[in-house]
Amino acid sequence: MIEMHWVVIVILLPLTGAVVCFLWPRQTVVSGLITAVGLFASVLGLTWQVLEQGALRYAVGGWGAPLGIDLYVDGLSLLMLIVTAVVGLAISVYSSAYFRLDRAKHFWPLWLFLWAALNALFLSADIFNIYVTLELMGLAAVALVALSGGANALTAAMRYLLVSLLGSLFYLMGVALLYHSYGSVDIAILSQRVESSPAVWVAIGLMVAGLLLKTALFPLHFWLPPAHSSAPAPVSALLSALVVKASFYILLRLWLEVFPLTNTVPGQFALGQFGLAQILGLLGAAAVLWGGIQALRQTRLKLLVAYSTVLQIGYLFLAFPLASIIGWKAALYLLLAHAVAKTAMFMAAGNILFYGGHDRIADLDRVAQRLPLTLSAFGLAGISLMGLPPSGGFIAKWLLLEAAIRSGQWWWGLMLIVGGLLTGAYVFKVIGYAFTRSDLPHEPGFVPKRMEWVALVMALLAIVLGLFAPLPLALLEIGSPFGESLR
Amino acid sequence: MSYIFLYALVGMGLFTLGLYALIIHAHLLRKILAINIMGSGVFLVLVALAARTEGAAPDPVPHAMVITGIVVAVSATALALALMLRVRSETGRAELDEEPLSKFDD
Repeated sequence: MIEMHWVVIVILLPLTGAVVCFLWPRQTVVSGLITAVGLFASVLGLTWQVLEQGALRYAVGGWGAPLGIDLYVDGLSLLMLIVTAVVGLAISVYSSAYFRLDRAKHFWPLWLFLWAALNALFLSADIFNIYVTLELMGLAAVALVALSGGANALTAAMRYLLVSLLGSLFYLMGVALLYHSYGSVDIAILSQRVESSPAVWVAIGLMVAGLLLKTALFPLHFWLPPAHSSAPAPVSALLSALVVKASFYILLRLWLEVFPLTNTVPGQFALGQFGLAQILGLLGAAAVLWGGIQALRQTRLKLLVAYSTVLQIGYLFLAFPLASIIGWKAALYLLLAHAVAKTAMFMAAGNILFYGGHDRIADLDRVAQRLPLTLSAFGLAGISLMGLPPSGGFIAKWLLLEAAIRSGQWWWGLMLIVGGLLTGAYVFKVIGYAFTRSDLPHEPGFVPKRMEWVALVMALLAIVLGLFAPLPLALLEIGSPFGESLR
Repeated sequence: MSYIFLYALVGMGLFTLGLYALIIHAHLLRKILAINIMGSGVFLVLVALAARTEGAAPDPVPHAMVITGIVVAVSATALALALMLRVRSETGRAELDEEPLSKFDD
């Protein structure tokens, strides 16, 4: 049997699909959907291959690490690929009903380019390739934000583009310094060679700063709410669910493999990384508070959901000061649960916008009676974001709490409770208005059934994730991306 | 060693200068130019630091990276300029709002 190189297929398929969608705009929805289904199947193929053979390394064109480009897949990259595939398929189905043809012919090529960039990013084995894919992802994401036109969306897209380029340049400067010091951009080689030196510390500072800007960690989150709320609903969903997670993934990868400097005086670098981890944890805690409070203050539904993303990103950074395998797993499970739940929530918000023509929370007119599926999706997604059992969010928070207590830093666990309460408050604020008649009653707009069902399926998935937690957690072990020393 | 460091320092200087300009200027064209100057700074650092050992031929890999970087920078600039024109035709001026969220509150 010929061995399938799924690693390459998951990058080339969306690229090809994007070009096909661009060249034949009349068939763009059909070609886009076919590509999405094919891509989902390819990721399943890759998962099966990795389960059989363990972590894979693939030299593109037969040119190996120092000169050529390597693709590498372990449990961590595989989980990210799977999240992208699941969310991507759902967004594709949703978008096939959401956009009219004049928008669809722009949406599909850009979305498939974005998907290709995400997959390539998760598979990159060197830090320069990561830079290139980061830029590809950024440009496609900015174009998608600008898709809805209008002054708000265009201004938000412009700000997003500047922020994205700035973050990438900081990152690239770090790459330049690391390459100068160690003569390699390969992550595996760097992890053996990197030592404590001023150049390395500057590189770490630049790269962390650039990636935090792109991940929108408080106080660098200013660009996120306008960009995510003014984009079309499926685009908001994929920006919140996938794009901000990609830069978090890079940060995590570097943190785990490149930044633990070798052969330093014991305690010396440990102190430096400990300090940086505490700062990241504090910023994460601040993001939880600020995101929650701002979400409560919003009068527009999509802005509320966007600020909820700021809050959830804060949770991810609580794992840094804990520095244990269980903490990293908790953060990744949270990432998975948030990606699925936030997709459902933005889709539900999109349906409500479709139905009422506006997203002013106070003027929601009997949404519960007229769009029961959508409101159920919103509520179920909210349950996962709050972290109530048996949802995926609950398992993630439970693990994070366990990691916090085990490492003797119980105060990080308090932030989980505060964040959960704030989330509960803003979710119920929306649901409360959805049941009542508003002062300006209006006739419901038509919402395609497909859009309602996809939102509900994703919300149910967010709940069910809590019941099947061991599967993704076991997947993460492949290739032991979290190292052995931390155990 | 010294002249290589001079180039690298100039690159760092350009990077900082671009960052400063990006922050203080309101006009989008100036911001886009500032980003480009920052990019040139990074490329200069990459090219200068390619000479890793005195006397030996410089390492070609960073040069390949710079070429890739230039391609990325050109496409990003094209997108930025196109967006700037659209922003100007929609809002009448090529600037970002001072209050990012003001328009969203009714």
